[in-house]
Amino acid sequence: MLLLVLLLVPLVGAALVAPIKEQTTAKWVAVAVSVVELALVVITWFAYSVPSAQNGARFQLEFAVDWIPAFGTRFALGIDGFALVMLAITAVLVPIVMAFSWEQKLPEGRTQSGFFALVLAMQGLLVGVFAATDVFLFYVFFEAMLIPMYFLIGRFGGPRRQYAAVKFFLYSLLGGLIMLASVIGLFVVSGRELGQGTFTWVELQKMAASLPESTQIWLFLGFFVAFAIKAPLVPFHTWLPDAGAEAPVGAGVLLVGILDKVGTFGFLRYCLPLFPLASQKLAPLVLTLAVIGILYGSLLAVGQTDMKRFVSYTSIAHFGFIALGIFAFSTQAFSGSVLYMVNHGISTGMLFIVVGLVIARGGSRLVGDYGGVHKVAPLLAGAFLVAGLSSLALPGTNSFISEFLVLLGSFPRQPVYTILATVGIIFAALYVLWFYQRTMQGPLRGSAVLAALGGGRGDGPGTMIDPAVAAERGATGFPDLSKREIGVLTPLIVLILVLGFFPGPVLDVINPTAAATMTEVGLTDPVGGVSR
Amino acid sequence: MTPVVLAQAPADAISAPPIAYGAIAPVLIVLGGACIAVLTEAFLPRHQRWPVQVALSLVILAAAGITLGVYAGGSPADVTTLGDALSVDNPTLFLWGTLLLLGLGSILLIADRSVEPGGAFIPSSASRAAAAGGGGGTVTGGGDDVDRDYGEPGSAPTMQTEVFPFALFALGGMMTFVAANDLLTMFIALEVLSLPLYLMCGLARRRRLLSQEAAVKYFLLGAFASAFFLYGLALLYGYAGSVKLSAIAAAAAGSDKSDALLFGGLALLVVGLLFKGSVGPFHAWTPDVYQGAPTPVTAFMAACTKVAAFGAISRVLFVAFDTTRWEWRGVLWAVAIVSMVIGAVLGLTQTDIKRMIAYSSIAHAGFLLLGSMSITEQGVSGTLFYLLAYGFTTLAVFGVISLVRDSDGEASHLSQWAGLAKRSPLLAGVMTFLLLALAGIPLTSGFTAKFAIFAAALDDGMAPLVIIALIASAVAAFFYLRVIVLMYFNEPAPDGPTVTVPGAFTTAAITLGVLVTLLLGIVPSLALGMASGGPFSG
Repeated sequence: MLLLVLLLVPLVGAALVAPIKEQTTAKWVAVAVSVVELALVVITWFAYSVPSAQNGARFQLEFAVDWIPAFGTRFALGIDGFALVMLAITAVLVPIVMAFSWEQKLPEGRTQSGFFALVLAMQGLLVGVFAATDVFLFYVFFEAMLIPMYFLIGRFGGPRRQYAAVKFFLYSLLGGLIMLASVIGLFVVSGRELGQGTFTWVELQKMAASLPESTQIWLFLGFFVAFAIKAPLVPFHTWLPDAGAEAPVGAGVLLVGILDKVGTFGFLRYCLPLFPLASQKLAPLVLTLAVIGILYGSLLAVGQTDMKRFVSYTSIAHFGFIALGIFAFSTQAFSGSVLYMVNHGISTGMLFIVVGLVIARGGSRLVGDYGGVHKVAPLLAGAFLVAGLSSLALPGTNSFISEFLVLLGSFPRQPVYTILATVGIIFAALYVLWFYQRTMQGPLRGSAVLAALGGGRGDGPGTMIDPAVAAERGATGFPDLSKREIGVLTPLIVLILVLGFFPGPVLDVINPTAAATMTEVGLTDPVGGVSR
Repeated sequence: MTPVVLAQAPADAISAPPIAYGAIAPVLIVLGGACIAVLTEAFLPRHQRWPVQVALSLVILAAAGITLGVYAGGSPADVTTLGDALSVDNPTLFLWGTLLLLGLGSILLIADRSVEPGGAFIPSSASRAAAAGGGGGTVTGGGDDVDRDYGEPGSAPTMQTEVFPFALFALGGMMTFVAANDLLTMFIALEVLSLPLYLMCGLARRRRLLSQEAAVKYFLLGAFASAFFLYGLALLYGYAGSVKLSAIAAAAAGSDKSDALLFGGLALLVVGLLFKGSVGPFHAWTPDVYQGAPTPVTAFMAACTKVAAFGAISRVLFVAFDTTRWEWRGVLWAVAIVSMVIGAVLGLTQTDIKRMIAYSSIAHAGFLLLGSMSITEQGVSGTLFYLLAYGFTTLAVFGVISLVRDSDGEASHLSQWAGLAKRSPLLAGVMTFLLLALAGIPLTSGFTAKFAIFAAALDDGMAPLVIIALIASAVAAFFYLRVIVLMYFNEPAPDGPTVTVPGAFTTAAITLGVLVTLLLGIVPSLALGMASGGPFSG
């Protein structure tokens, strides 16, 4: 019941917010809804009792009613550790996105109430995706969540928003439809194996062991393509840089921070337990794509000239790590991957927000239009550095724990892939630090910064400006963080540091589910033991 | 007085077959009502015809629906009646219900006079053009002559009310078509449903040349298709010695005769049926006719004709050609693929929204063929459900299209739809929902229907076709999406079309379509249960 409420609150909130004409009221109502949702998630967190290893039901807080008996589908919700942490990160990011978007510039004719309502709708559907324990229901939410994101990008995005929105939608829809073939196939196969077709996850999982490998491979591929597009893995990734670049920053945070995680969540929840033989058989293929993604994403991130595309490419590299951990088949690696999904939501979400703040000040997305921002906006530059360091997994930040767990857990079974992936860490340092150096450090330069500071007639691109003059003008032309912006960034910085030093509470929730997933796959850990 | 003649006849020569009046009452009511409507047209003065015809049509449909409901409510056993000419089984009852509801929606669209002053229909355009004295009727090139003629100067615009009996006759023909248990009955029903449709296509008030071209094209190609059907019928009669579907099945199962007649006959017969269902590659008429016909008639054709055609295709394949399915299935595989590919790919290039929906209907026909080919109970119930879902979505789509107008009538060019969401958010929202349903997005009827049909096809060993169908769906989604992009993301043109405030009739029809589309997407259990009450009976 709690999960049903969790699902309905944002959806009803969206319906309430959309028609409000008075924009300030609309925004406050939306924020109130998201805060209520956050409170509910906190309650859920405590209502969820961590199962002891190999003991206890797979899903908790279950809610189920029959939906379409003819298709054997039920409206069934329930959460395990993976779903719980994803719900938590969703509930944390949404209010932050809202606070960030409070004063955003909108394309002509669009209203804030529309934006906030779409964000809430998005959140509701994400809750559905993570909490569904019926494959059909999951598919329904998986497809339905395209629609609010499509409108967020297409209505509120940058200059090429139409192209990006359509590309995003078509890629995802194509993946979804291929997955639909597998979903139907699963139904038909379960009808033959169990006597009656079903979509209940637990039933299907029990059936998995007896499915012949060839059937598993076909069904696996359908799910895999959909999730690989969503995640995205190279070579299914080309929609993300466009969508990420053109999406309004708030929507971009949700897109890269949470929506894409549905893909990796799907690998763990659906591909591995439902098709264990196929997952192992095809693991080398996925691992190859994952490592290519890490290296390719990092290299392209180094070369990006557009700041939002830069963040998108770093994400592609990070998704490679997550996929590596998932298809390395060890409890440590699974836990690391899920923790990575949470941490990536925080650090990349923050990176996206900081980049958004810079763009809002300079009015340009190009890296080359900025330089020496630190001189006029030190707090902003500092926040940028924190987000960047978290993104490159500096020890002490949250991402370090998860990246380390993934590599540690993957090495015993897949040493070659792991070593190759480790090279990606070096690239990460390169792209983050070089990017920081170019935009934040050194003398004030770049056309966007100079224009914002109201540079004199002689100030062309590449010319410098006197620091003293700059400091004087900086307060108005290129202001440092406002109080609202500090409020937006503080929780993220706190999370980065807290999870960097005390990941225990989150790992405690994740680990039993990771162990359960190992059992479902039918493998034992290469070294054994569950790490804290 | 003349007992001699009768006495000479053998006692068992011709006795009237028993008729299950209760079972076939809906058809009788619709056809009888159509006759009354013709008389009404003949005897009532012009100004009284419209209200009387509308009321009469609605009463007839309601009466037929109630009769059907009462009969089906008693969960009757399968009945063949009229000397085995009609088979009233569960699919028949379901399809009759679907046809009556869709017919109701179409009649509402046809009856509306507020969107187009005087309604979308006018009498013979030749006579009108003569009366207009070379004004509106002048050919200005191509099919795009613009006609601003609303009627006699100084008189209120009038509407051609023959369209109501036409629609009723066509509907009666469709209902007979889906119930026909022998090929001869099926052929006659085919003609009864086709002839009024040919006429209705040519009645448009605006863009008359286009409308008449559509009518002629439809008629000529339809006549060809009927001839194919008839020839196939003759060959099958030669093979089986009977036109009954079950007799053909029996002959095919237990005979060592040459199969040439059987498959020759089947091929020709199916060509005739696929033509009516606008399945590629027999689709050539569809875009032109959909575009040229008055939009309410297009709605009627797109929704009801599709239901009737696929009802008949499924029955023929299920009852008569079940035993030979492995021989013919390969050919229909190819036809289904061609239809899906043509519909999805050519739909991408369309610039007229009515043509676009026509190509979408061709793609949907390909999907439907998957269901018809699965000779299983699931296949039948999936097809029935799909027809119900698709019919209502299409009906509502054409209802919406008829509302977007500029000074020259309907603004059906896609570019004219730009920025519509700003002018009329409600209409754009409704259209978006319907397009998503056509694309098969979850929580709409389109998704449930696709699922039902694809599950049946996959279960019957057609996995490659299902995958092609899903890829075709993804391609087709692009052109639905394009309309959504135009409506929401583009700025409206300064002299763009206006959205007419619909009258009660059109509002009712669109609401009906949208509600059914939504309900079948969220709580489809009832309709699915009805559809799976049992397969065709021979």
